[in-house]
Amino acid sequence: MAMVYARIRLVAAAIALLVLAAVATPVAAQQPNSVNPNADAVKEQQLLEQFKRIQGLGTIPDTKSYTIEQPEGRQWRQYHEVSLPWIGTIAMLGMIVLLLIFFLVRGMVRIKGGRSGVNIVRFTAFERFVHWMTATCFVLMALTGLNITFGKVALLPLIGPGAFSKWSLAAKYAHNFLSFPFTLGVIVIFCMWLAGNIPNGRDLAWFKQGGGIVGGDDPPAYRFNGGQKVVYWLVVLAGTIVAVSGYLLMFPFYGTTIAGMQLAQMVHGTVAVLFVAAMIAHAYIGTIGMEGAFEAMGEGTVDLNWAKQHHRLWLEEEQGRVGPAELERQPSPRPATPRA
Amino acid sequence: MARMKFLCDADRCIECNACVTACKNENEVPWGINRRRVVTINDGLPGERSVSMACMHCTDAPCAAVCPVSCFYTTADAVVLHSKDLCIGCGYCFYACPFGAPQYPRVGNFGSRGKMDKCTYCTGGPEADGSAIEYEKYGANRLAEGKLPLCAEMCSTKSLLAGDGDIIAQIYKDRVAKRGYGSGAWGWQTAYRETIAT
Repeated sequence: MAMVYARIRLVAAAIALLVLAAVATPVAAQQPNSVNPNADAVKEQQLLEQFKRIQGLGTIPDTKSYTIEQPEGRQWRQYHEVSLPWIGTIAMLGMIVLLLIFFLVRGMVRIKGGRSGVNIVRFTAFERFVHWMTATCFVLMALTGLNITFGKVALLPLIGPGAFSKWSLAAKYAHNFLSFPFTLGVIVIFCMWLAGNIPNGRDLAWFKQGGGIVGGDDPPAYRFNGGQKVVYWLVVLAGTIVAVSGYLLMFPFYGTTIAGMQLAQMVHGTVAVLFVAAMIAHAYIGTIGMEGAFEAMGEGTVDLNWAKQHHRLWLEEEQGRVGPAELERQPSPRPATPRA
Repeated sequence: MARMKFLCDADRCIECNACVTACKNENEVPWGINRRRVVTINDGLPGERSVSMACMHCTDAPCAAVCPVSCFYTTADAVVLHSKDLCIGCGYCFYACPFGAPQYPRVGNFGSRGKMDKCTYCTGGPEADGSAIEYEKYGANRLAEGKLPLCAEMCSTKSLLAGDGDIIAQIYKDRVAKRGYGSGAWGWQTAYRETIAT
């Protein structure tokens, strides 16, 4: 029996082979003479429409080189060369013009009743140090940052390419390294002035009365009034945004792609120029805009009458804490100038 | 003067990477930088194509437009070059470039970038043609010697073409007409705002 089965297997295998050969031969004969190897080929235009970029696989270790085409850089170019300069010019020049008009109309906000000749401590040495450290970094970073956007138009024709490149290289390093004390300053400012900057109902009333700057009223305020709270939150929020987006640019490809860095640069540039515009207004009201305001951050003390006018509720708190007599023992370096 | 361009006929590229090697060797490119690379799209699938890509020397180049120190210039042959003396390594040309051409040697801490390096179309830089300092900073200046970029010159399948845009476009057109297919002049629409009708 086993022999019979073996024969049958052999015959079956032979038939199968014959059938296979018979089927295969015509297939080979049917192969077309020319193949269009382009039938399945990837098309540039189709890839760009589908993915907005073209990438594949390479053999070198630099994986970001596997992207061969990313035309979205064009939008970023439009932003950097056209949009950002316009946003920056309108925001900063606009703010300066507004402040100039305001100064001409309103003039310096005077201390009502003149100086009392008695001072009260407003900012400790530590607070002033943090403020000026952050402010110094901010001004230098603003100038070096604006140089990247406006320098080649405003400065390059004046000093020539060699000098402009030397300055820009130094400015780039200053911008990068000053970001560390600036970020530290923003964090400390957030922590040390948070308690005084929680928004409350008083702020609404303060804004309704124009902050005492517009109109004759002097709305009462605690340590920080509505306007100062706006500045505080602006510094905290804008400071955080520029810091985060800036560090993404300083550490290329650490968690970002080209598209991510383009976006980071757009956020950084836009927020930064608006931040500068806002800080011009802050500097205005802290100096020529208001009598007796600069000494708060300069020497750390303010005149009693200034405090009464602008921060009455805070003054009452302070007097309740240390007693009115204690306050009056601090003579002001500036003489009393009583006014009607 | 000619309007120099690159054209990679992807239907001929066999992904041998000789252009990459030739470029590195001819120009003594710094470590970690590849002025030219070959990328395979749909690798291993039907219809895969390999494209050799470097700086395309764009018309109205985006890198030159966004450079904060205006260190780019275009030669009479329409080759886009830059001055490493003026470059501050800010990285902006890299954000703007559609082809990922600008690269930066890592020179310091964090991600700090050195002077940008990219394909020069074997045309050196602003230094005197063929000088030692030009070679050190930018690599070979073959154009000044009347030669084309080495990557295209030694391409074994003549997939990568370099030369006057009109001439290489005609060569490509003739090829497509003869063989009956062509996947297009990769990057031309983006770089030159024109493509080759086939």
